[in-house]
Amino acid sequence: MNDVTTPILTLRNVGKRFGTNQVLKGVDLDVQRSEVVCLIGPSGSGKSTLLRSMAFLEEYDEGEIHINGQLLGWQSISPRRRASRSRLNQVRSSLGMVFQQFNLWPHMSALGNVCEALVRVKGLTRSDAERKGRAMLDKVGLAEKADAFPAQLSGGQQQRVAIARALAMEPSLMLFDEPTSALDPELVGEVLQVMKQLAADGMTMVVVTHEMGFAAQVADTVAFLDGGHIVAKGAPRDIFHDTEHPRLQQFLQNYLDRNAFWQDLKETPA
Amino acid sequence: MMFDVSIITDRVEPILHGLLVTFQTWFAGVLIGLVLGLGIAVLQLFGGRWLRIPLRMFIEVIRATPFLVLLFLLYYGGPEFGLSLEPITAGILGMGVYGSVYFAEIFRGGFQSVPKGHVEAAECLGMGRWQCIWRVQLPQMLVIILPALVNMITILCKETAVLSIITIPELTMVLTGIGSETFAFVETLLVLCIGYLILIELSSRLGLWLERRVGRFLVRS
Repeated sequence: MNDVTTPILTLRNVGKRFGTNQVLKGVDLDVQRSEVVCLIGPSGSGKSTLLRSMAFLEEYDEGEIHINGQLLGWQSISPRRRASRSRLNQVRSSLGMVFQQFNLWPHMSALGNVCEALVRVKGLTRSDAERKGRAMLDKVGLAEKADAFPAQLSGGQQQRVAIARALAMEPSLMLFDEPTSALDPELVGEVLQVMKQLAADGMTMVVVTHEMGFAAQVADTVAFLDGGHIVAKGAPRDIFHDTEHPRLQQFLQNYLDRNAFWQDLKETPA
Repeated sequence: MMFDVSIITDRVEPILHGLLVTFQTWFAGVLIGLVLGLGIAVLQLFGGRWLRIPLRMFIEVIRATPFLVLLFLLYYGGPEFGLSLEPITAGILGMGVYGSVYFAEIFRGGFQSVPKGHVEAAECLGMGRWQCIWRVQLPQMLVIILPALVNMITILCKETAVLSIITIPELTMVLTGIGSETFAFVETLLVLCIGYLILIELSSRLGLWLERRVGRFLVRS
């Protein structure tokens, strides 16, 4: 079931509505092992809802999501019956989630945040968990911050701890929900650097992002969402040079305009 | 008016005993109230509709009942339903039940103050609901709800005075007894006030110390 040709993650006709608002309208997506998929699109396009559905933080109410061949969140599809919490956790155990707001637990140190689930869920002893936790913090360049509380860390450092916390559980798939959107521009780089390293190490990743540079450099596939659909999908080069989809071109034009503005500003003599 | 200290100094032992009884019933009542209150809050929030509705009703009914009436019902009304309790047991139980609904509301507010994302993070890491409550939500919310908890605990301290009506020999009963025996009302009531002041001062000091301790992680560099 886990051979190279089977996608780690498959979405078939996934739909989600909040009341009368249909946020996702039949999304299909396959994510292969070691593939990096970036989801881009205007706000309200459904890209965050789509990513959160992949972790069943939103209950998708149409279609199916499979992780490593196992149905996510539902015990049966028609009629829809929710899977038990333990079953959900078992399917979910192969994915790691990173949030826009980091969501570190403020009453635990960086190391405590990383070790908590290792002890409570994986059943490691405290000392084994700490050894592993320190290795994970080292991986994101924060070995010396192990004892710091989240309030003592910068946003970029907090997000790196959050990445270490997710990685410690040894997921086969990492989901990132706008991981740099809450950061000062100066701190974005350090987080993207960690994510680039992860991608280089072969981690399978789905990333909702506004960082077009990251998408262009790191993604294998870029999917553009608008109005609850994947409107365009392909290699970054094809997406960023797209000529078929006016909505995508308009979306990308905003980024180009902004860059052009800074370019002009830099070249204008003082 | 003469202020006769000897009225007090001659009766130090019964007064201290009264203080001890007050402390014991208060402490035991608070303990029961906290455990019960936490249970009510957790079941109300996470137990589904069939628990939420009856628990909500329980809270509303107890909150609408004066402590005095609740005690009467428990102590004098209890035997009618086959529940005969010693005064001290009825007093502690009544105190626990009375306090629990207020504690439950404080805990409920606390749970709702923890950002949803912190719970989602725990879920995504595979933690169970109880692990999440115990390890993620409770420790965080404690910082926020401690002042309200301590406040309620001090109110309960003074409510122990009502226990005198079901013949529990606590501080109020002892001192008003001495008062009516000697007609030295000023002396006895003054000592009564000092007694409660000591207990409440102790609890609020303890509360402040705890607040600093559990709030350590909020330090900013």
